[in-house]
Order: sequence, then structure tokens, then C-alpha cells
Amino acid sequence: MNSMLEPVPAIPFVQAEAGEPHDTTGTAAFGFWVYLMSDCVLFAALFATFMVLSGATAGGPTGKDLFDLPNVLLETLSLLCSSFACGMAMLASARQRVGEALAWLLMTALLGLAFVGMELNEFNHLIVEGAGPRRSAFLSAFFTLVGTHGLHVSAGLLWLVVLLAQVKQRGLTETSRGRLMCFSLFWHFLDIIWIGVFTVVYLVGSMP
Amino acid sequence: MNGVRDTKGQAAHGSVRSYLTGLLLALVLTALAFWLVMVAAAPAPFLFPAVLILGVAQIGVHQRYFLHTGLSRDKRWDLVALALAAAVTVVVIGGSLWVIHELDDNMMPHAMGATLDEQEQGAIL
Repeated sequence: MNSMLEPVPAIPFVQAEAGEPHDTTGTAAFGFWVYLMSDCVLFAALFATFMVLSGATAGGPTGKDLFDLPNVLLETLSLLCSSFACGMAMLASARQRVGEALAWLLMTALLGLAFVGMELNEFNHLIVEGAGPRRSAFLSAFFTLVGTHGLHVSAGLLWLVVLLAQVKQRGLTETSRGRLMCFSLFWHFLDIIWIGVFTVVYLVGSMP
Repeated sequence: MNGVRDTKGQAAHGSVRSYLTGLLLALVLTALAFWLVMVAAAPAPFLFPAVLILGVAQIGVHQRYFLHTGLSRDKRWDLVALALAAAVTVVVIGGSLWVIHELDDNMMPHAMGATLDEQEQGAIL
């Protein structure tokens, strides 16, 4: 177990065939990162919209009336631990430990599913209470921002399920590891966006 | 990120220790932020920037310990892309807040507490 605490030795550099680009994983990961940066701008627009409309409650319920902070904390912890599990999965993947990687990826998926479940429950509760997205501009913006994040997480879960199946079937091939790398970037990015959400939407919205 | 393989022969992924450190720091920052709002109930002028700073700090923790953002040659361009996205984010959010605030300031004041519907109804009756 001691070896777990030491940095992973680099995979030996593989000679590319003539005419083929080498280190395509690195290029793909960077390309995916640039996509994530564009996604960041999308969320920036949604954040801006929410912040501008956060006072437009149309005589309806405010954030303070609606937000259940213990539930939000639970959602936050789920997603955070999910991100950690994903990191552990990446370490196992780099060390070619298939079983371990699969176990951590499953943990990632379960925690992510818990997050989505809690969020759907929260949305349902709000709608049933009459605080749905049509009640006010504040709520429209809330559902759009938080819902878009939730959709991203859900899409990520779908992707993860596919990756789990692929790794189980084909093992940790270079292709699989490359895809896992991109997935982990996506997953960590979503956790970062969530930090923004729980801070700006829920915590600020619950202040006196 | 920029390369599963690191040509310098060092870990491109970090280690269990770095992930654990990141998790611990993130947990502390999260707990602190929630505690401040839920329990401490400090005055708003302090609470608002405090919570924001904690959020930004946690984003930094995620970047460093989970995403391994840094200045090393392999990571540099990731950082450049991030810096650009951050700049655009600041402009979009900051700019929107400013513009709409100015707009609000320049709007005619409405009757006290009346919504537009109530005002129209008042005009009809």
C-alpha cells in the first residue's frame, strides 16, 4: 500500500509510426479542455442571467423561502466525493489496474447518480409547491442555470456508463484511457461549476 | 491533462496524496461556507464576500489538486485557455451586472409596491 503514495512513473514514450501523430491522447485531452472552456462561457452567461434576475421574484417566493441548505450540502458532498473517486479511478487507470479503476468509476457513477436524484427531488418539490420555472424570472433563471448543470451531469453519467462497459469489455486500452481522461476533465469541470452554483445561487440566496 | 504521458518522466496524474489533500481542503472550504450562512449568521456585508472568497479558493483547490493545472511545460497551454475563459467569464458576468444595474437606475420609479398589472388595473378602474 505504501507504493500508492508515490507518484506514478510515466508510461514509456511509444515510437509513432511514420506519418502518424504521436501523443494523440494529449492532443485530444487538450482539445477537450478547450471545449470545456467554451462550456464555461455558456455557464457564465447563465450565471449572469441568474444574478441579474435574482431579485425578480414577482411577489412570489424568494431563495430564502425555498432553499433547503442541508440538502444542498448533501448534494455538494456527493459531487465532491464523486470527483475524488474519479481521480482515484484515473490513478488506477494509469497503473493499468482494471479492477480498481472499474470500482472507482462505479463509485463515481453512484455518487453522481445520488446528486442527480437529490436535485430532481428538489426540483419536483419546488414545482409542486408552486415555485416552478414559470412562477417568476428568478425561478426561470434558477431552473435554467441549475437545470443545465444537472443536464451536464446526467449526460456525463450516461457517458460514464458507456465507458464502464467499454473498459470492462476491452480493458484499459490506450483509447479507453484517453476517453477516461476526457471524462475526468468533464467531471472535475462540472464540480467546479457546482461550486459556483452553490455559492452564488444557494448560499448568497439564503443570506438575510 | 496535456498528455497522459509526461515526457519528463514525472507523474502527469498526481498521486493519492494530492487527491486526498484536495478533497480535504475542499471539504473544509465547503463546510466553512455552509456553516457561515447556516449557523454563524454573520452580517451580510461580511458574509457575502466571505462566501465568494471561499468559493474562489475552492475552485483553485480543484484546479490544482484535481485538474493539475500548473505552469509546467505540459500544462501551460491549458492554463492559457483557462485564463481566456476566466477573462470572458468576468466580462460577461461583471458586464451584465453593471449594465443592468445602470438600466435599473435609469428606469422611471414605479408606484410603491404596485406591479405593472396592478397599475394597469388602477388605470382601468
